[in-house]
Amino acid sequence: MKDKSVTRKLMFYFPKCVCDEPIIYHLVKDYQLIVNIYRAKVTPEEEGYLVLDVTGSEKAIRRAIDFVKTFDVTVNSSGKGVVRDEERCAHCGYCVPYCRPGALKIEDRATRKVAYDESECIECLACVRICPFGACTSAF
Amino acid sequence: MKTYEQINDRIASGKAVVLTADEIMDYVDKKGLKAAAKEVDVVTTATFGPMCSSGCFLNFGHSKPKIRMSEAWIADVLAYTGLAAVDVYLGCTQLRHGDPANMYPPGEFRYGGGHVIEDLVAGKTLQLFALSYGTDCYPLREIRTYFTIDDLNQATMVNPRNCYQNYNVAINLSEQTIYTYMGKLEPHQKNANYCSAGQLSPLLNDPFYETIGVGTRVWLAGAHGHVYAEGTQHAGGGARTPEGVPIGGAGTLALTGDMKQMKKEFVRGVSFIGYGVSLALGIGIPIPILNEEVLRRTCVRDRDILAPVVDYGFDYPQNTGNVLGRVSYEQLRAGRIEVNGKMIEEVGSLSSYPKALEIANLLADELRRGDFQLAAPLAPLRKDAKMKPLVKRRERR
Repeated sequence: MKDKSVTRKLMFYFPKCVCDEPIIYHLVKDYQLIVNIYRAKVTPEEEGYLVLDVTGSEKAIRRAIDFVKTFDVTVNSSGKGVVRDEERCAHCGYCVPYCRPGALKIEDRATRKVAYDESECIECLACVRICPFGACTSAF
Repeated sequence: MKTYEQINDRIASGKAVVLTADEIMDYVDKKGLKAAAKEVDVVTTATFGPMCSSGCFLNFGHSKPKIRMSEAWIADVLAYTGLAAVDVYLGCTQLRHGDPANMYPPGEFRYGGGHVIEDLVAGKTLQLFALSYGTDCYPLREIRTYFTIDDLNQATMVNPRNCYQNYNVAINLSEQTIYTYMGKLEPHQKNANYCSAGQLSPLLNDPFYETIGVGTRVWLAGAHGHVYAEGTQHAGGGARTPEGVPIGGAGTLALTGDMKQMKKEFVRGVSFIGYGVSLALGIGIPIPILNEEVLRRTCVRDRDILAPVVDYGFDYPQNTGNVLGRVSYEQLRAGRIEVNGKMIEEVGSLSSYPKALEIANLLADELRRGDFQLAAPLAPLRKDAKMKPLVKRRERR
């Protein structure tokens, strides 16, 4: 039976030395992962990062992460590239229409509080730029 | 009919019946106006949003030797020193020294007067740098020191304009994205922003200023403050619905309160990309239920309150006075409004309803506990005031 396919959000932090390794190529070719890159900074001679979704079997993703780690790349799978500070958020709802994927939304019409579903976030950073209260920040 | 004294006695004895402006409509629907007016003592209203005409007077006390500050910066934000020696006024929209503003638009405006006020209330340590020309009685020419709000003799918030009765809904009919104090507005009326607590907002629950006037005690970010005057640009004489609800900005309040009594979560510096800095404030105002009419007016609902839709691409900056239409707060909160025959499905709010609701409940709790006494107005707000424009004249008249 074929393994069930899952999607995981991963963040890779690259030290200076490995920015020229074709890591994503190997994820696709060797581990059959479907890759969707949200954000990347890959500049030779500088540190870099990648925020991406990978889709494939649990096993393949686990093996791929092990492979990536052999390059001295830090892998973060907690998926918090954009963080909303609960204490700073005033729940005005200003961000909601600018959040295209709907990660920020008003769930309960009665309380009108703004809920943040990190798994829906595509890291466009619109909220980081527009929040008047500075409640949304980027990990990078 | 009840008097302020009767209501205050009931508050003091911990027996006052208090509801929020969010709860009162259903309560009156259930009980009937007459019975509810007898029973309910106070309805609490509230709002939380950016209010640019806010600031504070600070007194630093005297250094050794003394200085008569002629220029002063707090955390590099310029404060006004055209007052007595160590008094300053800090306005919330003042930018930090060296901020590039909109030199590379849209600017970020990360820090300014509103953030200084937030930091002061939060008890943070801030830098004071002041210069002086020096006098015989105030010889010191320069001072750089660090202080917290506890070091100040007074930190009094004095806001010339808060609590706009109603407010514009901003859209953009132009060809490019614009950055305004009403937020980022995308071209061809793609989105709309509004800024009012609607049915919870103080002056929408007392549209004819029957209980809110000069001298009314208010909950200003947790401190017990006062309405000290009608607010700047107060225009109580604007157009109204048949029920008396203003269909434009209309009334405003000038408020004051002791910053040392304020709670930090209701005093928040804000940055509007491409526009500037400001201060978001939480304000609660109790409405004494003196009679059935006063109660009836607190039963206003979002669907009864209409806000004017204005084009910030052309009409607002050019001061044409053009209004594109009116929409209700019920429609705005549902996130769909129709303007020029076209639906706008992206509707955002700059005013926080959850925060306003929290404030209305905090004030209601204080009233129920007997910790907040009402103050009857000393003078009413004008119901006939109109807003005057600034006229560009070539010569003195």
